[in-house]
Amino acid sequence: MERDLVCVVCPMSCALKVRLGEDGTVLTSGNRCPRGARYAAEEFLDPRRVVSATARIRGADAPGRGEVGAVARVPVRTAGPFPRERIAELLEAVYALEVALPVRRGQVLIPDALGTGVDLIATRSLPFPPAGA
Amino acid sequence: MTTLKPDAVVVGGGAAGMAAALELEKAGCSCVIVEREEGLGGILMQCAHAGFGLVEFDEELTGPEFAERFAEKVLASKVTVLDGATALELRDEGERKVLDCCSAKRGVVRIEARAVVLAMGCRERNRGNVRIPGSRPAGVYTAGLAQRLVNIEGVVPGRRVVVIGSGDIGLIMARRMSWIGAKVEAVVEILPYPSGLTRNIVQCLEDFGIPLYLGHQTTRIFGKDRVEGVEIAPLENGALDLSRARTIPCDTVLLSVGLVPENELSRGAGVELNPATGGPKVDSTLMTNVPGVFACGNVLHVHDLVDWVAEEARRAGAHAAAWLRGERPGPELRVKAGANVRYVAPVKVDLSRKNRVYFRSLAVLHGATLEARIDRRVVRKIRKGHVQPSEMQSIELGPEDFADLAEAGSDAVLEIALV
Repeated sequence: MERDLVCVVCPMSCALKVRLGEDGTVLTSGNRCPRGARYAAEEFLDPRRVVSATARIRGADAPGRGEVGAVARVPVRTAGPFPRERIAELLEAVYALEVALPVRRGQVLIPDALGTGVDLIATRSLPFPPAGA
Repeated sequence: MTTLKPDAVVVGGGAAGMAAALELEKAGCSCVIVEREEGLGGILMQCAHAGFGLVEFDEELTGPEFAERFAEKVLASKVTVLDGATALELRDEGERKVLDCCSAKRGVVRIEARAVVLAMGCRERNRGNVRIPGSRPAGVYTAGLAQRLVNIEGVVPGRRVVVIGSGDIGLIMARRMSWIGAKVEAVVEILPYPSGLTRNIVQCLEDFGIPLYLGHQTTRIFGKDRVEGVEIAPLENGALDLSRARTIPCDTVLLSVGLVPENELSRGAGVELNPATGGPKVDSTLMTNVPGVFACGNVLHVHDLVDWVAEEARRAGAHAAAWLRGERPGPELRVKAGANVRYVAPVKVDLSRKNRVYFRSLAVLHGATLEARIDRRVVRKIRKGHVQPSEMQSIELGPEDFADLAEAGSDAVLEIALV
């Protein structure tokens, strides 16, 4: 079975042809770099995405709380690609979070999310610059 | 009123402004960044999605991460940051450029500098710009506004969404709205091909089974108090086929119909704009027609990757510093957009050194070859394969390409074409 995929590693958007070889390895053509072959294998066998979302800030900590335009959410992402099939479950866990400030960029908010080995991290420092930095 | 007198003032504290300011400081120039928002980062702060920094940091970062890495460097430098301050007017008084700003914290601040770097970014086109007929209910947003509401302010703009236009922000917002539990009914694109990057089509639409209607125009927005639906119809050979019009019920419309460089300030200072980009016409040093005023990033031409914004802005900062030292560009050659090329930036190259010229194609082309010609003589040929308007291209041209120019004469023109 051959599948057509578009490589999304970079904006080159290589058109890939992917199939399973007789020895069980994934065979890829159309990629212009080794990252494309890695992407094709993963997308074929175990599709993953870097998931980004935002989490609630603990009410009392929110800067300028209630003011128009104030920052009310901490942006977060998975530290690496996360299994696509489990994104809905992950988002539920993210939306249940309540993040206490201060928070630092890169701070782990959910270690080993859903047992996948992938951490969920904050992507913004609040406040910025952090006190004492 | 406070008056500041740095060597250079940078208008805008986003990716372009920060990168330009750091370069000016590195060259020993005193520099002030004026930023409208509280804090640095610009539009990156609302771009919660990953995909930034592959070139700059060899990592896939989100917008705020990319911005903070630059902001940390700016705060550790001698650059002065005047944030929460709106630039009101820029005046060219010859040697001296005057920028008047006002801020809630500091009142009126006047900045007198010998060089200016314009880095104000761009604005979204809105419903009025694309003239979508129908009623005027609540629930019609530009995609970037909705992005700010969702990602920073924690406000959900609606539950059933139609995205008009397939620009990157619209595609990213289709995914964001899906991830926050809304239903995205459709993305409607008037052109026969998507306006956004291919990876966004794959990851933001195909992953969620969101239908993409190419070659469809939005003919009406319905609803009295709140949006109730949109009517779309296919275009056949440029003409609307209303017999095949259909209505899509929804409560929210997000518009992703293009970005326009924000040049009100530049215009007021007498900066000449390029109608093809909406940004200033700049020479090989990214300097506008007003001596000492430079431009970079989305205020110059709309980029699709922040990595190229940073690259261009560093050059603008370095050139501004060189200009402050008294350096002037060598002999230059005009550059123009040739066949199948929508625009080129800058519009001049320096014959004595390497120049990077950015450009976009006019249409989707397969098996395209890029040709650089001087007075119809091909000086460089590069096989490009697949090109599309949504993906910015660049070419580097150096002295070796201009070797035989003596024959061409002083009014020679360099043409960038896709054949």
